[in-house]
Amino acid sequence: MELFQAITNMTAVSFAQHMVNGISLGSLYALIAIGYTMVYGILLMINFAHADIVMMACYFALFGITTFHIPWYLTFILTIAATALLGVIIERSAYRPLRDAPKNSVLISAIGASFLLENLANYLFSGRPLHFPDIPFLSSMIDLNGIQVQAICLFIPVVTLACLFLLLHIVNHTKTGMAMRAVSKDYEIARVMGVNIDNIISITFAIGSALAAIGAIMWGIRYPGITPYLGVMPGLKCFIAAVVGGIGNIKGAVIGGFILGLGEILIVAFFPQFSGYRDAFAFIMLLLILFYKPTGLLGEKMTEKV
Amino acid sequence: MNNKRNIMLTIAALVILFGVACFVQAEVNSYVRRIINLCLVYAIIGLSMNVTNGFAGQFSLGQAGFMAIGAYMVGIFTVPVELRADVFYAVPMNPHLVNVYMPLWMALILGGVLAAFVAGIIGTPVLRLRGDYLAIATLGFSEIIRIVITNATSITNGALGIKNIPPLNDVRYIFMAAAISYVLITLLLNSSYGRAFKAIREDEIAAEAMGISLFYHKNLAFMVSAFFAGIGGGLYGALLGTVDPKNFLFTLTYNFLLIIVLGGMGSVTGSMFGAIIVTAGLEYLRLFDEPMELMGIAIPLFRPGLRMVVFSILLMVCVLFWRRGIMGTNELTWEKIISFVKHPLSGFRKKGVQGK
Repeated sequence: MELFQAITNMTAVSFAQHMVNGISLGSLYALIAIGYTMVYGILLMINFAHADIVMMACYFALFGITTFHIPWYLTFILTIAATALLGVIIERSAYRPLRDAPKNSVLISAIGASFLLENLANYLFSGRPLHFPDIPFLSSMIDLNGIQVQAICLFIPVVTLACLFLLLHIVNHTKTGMAMRAVSKDYEIARVMGVNIDNIISITFAIGSALAAIGAIMWGIRYPGITPYLGVMPGLKCFIAAVVGGIGNIKGAVIGGFILGLGEILIVAFFPQFSGYRDAFAFIMLLLILFYKPTGLLGEKMTEKV
Repeated sequence: MNNKRNIMLTIAALVILFGVACFVQAEVNSYVRRIINLCLVYAIIGLSMNVTNGFAGQFSLGQAGFMAIGAYMVGIFTVPVELRADVFYAVPMNPHLVNVYMPLWMALILGGVLAAFVAGIIGTPVLRLRGDYLAIATLGFSEIIRIVITNATSITNGALGIKNIPPLNDVRYIFMAAAISYVLITLLLNSSYGRAFKAIREDEIAAEAMGISLFYHKNLAFMVSAFFAGIGGGLYGALLGTVDPKNFLFTLTYNFLLIIVLGGMGSVTGSMFGAIIVTAGLEYLRLFDEPMELMGIAIPLFRPGLRMVVFSILLMVCVLFWRRGIMGTNELTWEKIISFVKHPLSGFRKKGVQGK
């Protein structure tokens, strides 16, 4: 009844406004969630540092434009490259030495890497929020029949889907992609069959981090306050998105991202009294999915070996 | 069979340490006392985290949330009634609570019980998960607890936090709390429950096949852990004199993670050492945050934030190169101490002397 009232109270314009916000947020979540799901698919670990890779990418782009005065399009390309490199460095230094260690040690190492990046950013760039520079056209507001949207909102879903198709092409139709799938199916057998595991894992981290960088740049334009802890909450939510979609499944991560982004925005839109609990939505979603369908929406059933 | 002797020795040690605590309380300045108190509080919470993570092998990251529950119980009930209007100046306090006052010990126990109760509710669905999923779910719950606290303005004063908590900087009081927690947790871990925890840690499937109820024991470990985290959190709140949702961000849990990793996952005495080293170390590292001059030249490296960078590098180094920690899963037992006193060098030749 309350929901019905809430819906009827909402005009078509404001509903469209919320949908645009929800879809752009969902697309950002989707891009970041892909990185989580790819790493989990191959290494069976949560890359806690992924959230902070997003944060670092924001700072890279910000300093590229403001401090080094590189044109924004060039900065974006450099940021993507630098972030991919950062992902590979983290994998080599924090995860590779623990390849044969107990799972909990890897988890602690991932938490440590994440914590280190946050503290490093806090130390180097100070904890004060910095303003992400305005990008010509993309940062400006445009008016679509009464709906006020930032121009970037129209690009975010397009870029996300383009990245998704490119990634699916790489994973399904190239030799590297085939190797990735082999490693995620069975690590040992892939090695026996002559796949260079270390290289494939590095490539996975590079791709995941590059997508995170694309997400981060658009995040920065959309939400311009950049702080060292900006990645934390989105990071947790994106991991949840990956779980909701079925961990290890790229399409699932995108679907999960959209569910979480849209759900979060629409709940606040329909029930403004719950707006303080906005961040709790994702965790409730996580519990529901783990309770009723632990493999996620598109996930495969995994059997535990004794 | 030296059980009786060991118990006597433990009691004697606790009595002596209590004497030291009384001495410290009387003679030492309040800054040092504060650090000692913080060590003790962190030892309680590190120990509580070790129960789930080290002994039962369930990787939980919810400690900050349970601490928040304990701290807020202390915050809500121990602020003197006449000062409450000052604290709740934005939104008046809930009329059912505004005149309820409790002494600290009662608020601590209430906080512990409430934290255990919440853990029981959370544990039922969450403890079916393993490893990473459990970590992220408990992390999420600790954030949800924080979000609920931030929003329940009429009870918790929301984002403003509660101040005017009667400050507790009494080493004797906190030492007693730590000693009681230590004794209770050690008794639990040496009982059949403790052995069941360790069996679950080593191999869940084998443990289940041996007739150990996974659900019951995991939940028990989780609730006991939450209980002591709640008590520790309450003491933490009383020590700080204020509680604020921002104090209980989930990064707070990482402190205790470092403590148990450094001390050894699955070692009670290890957690004690870890707590002392980490807390005192974090205090000592404060000099990194101050500007430093070397031979008249200011070193530009030293500015606020460096301390936490060093701290996180320490955590990484510990995990990467020293996974056992100080104690591993061993304990510092009286047998070892005695054999060390008798033959100081034998420890280097053979690994400890097993009792019994």
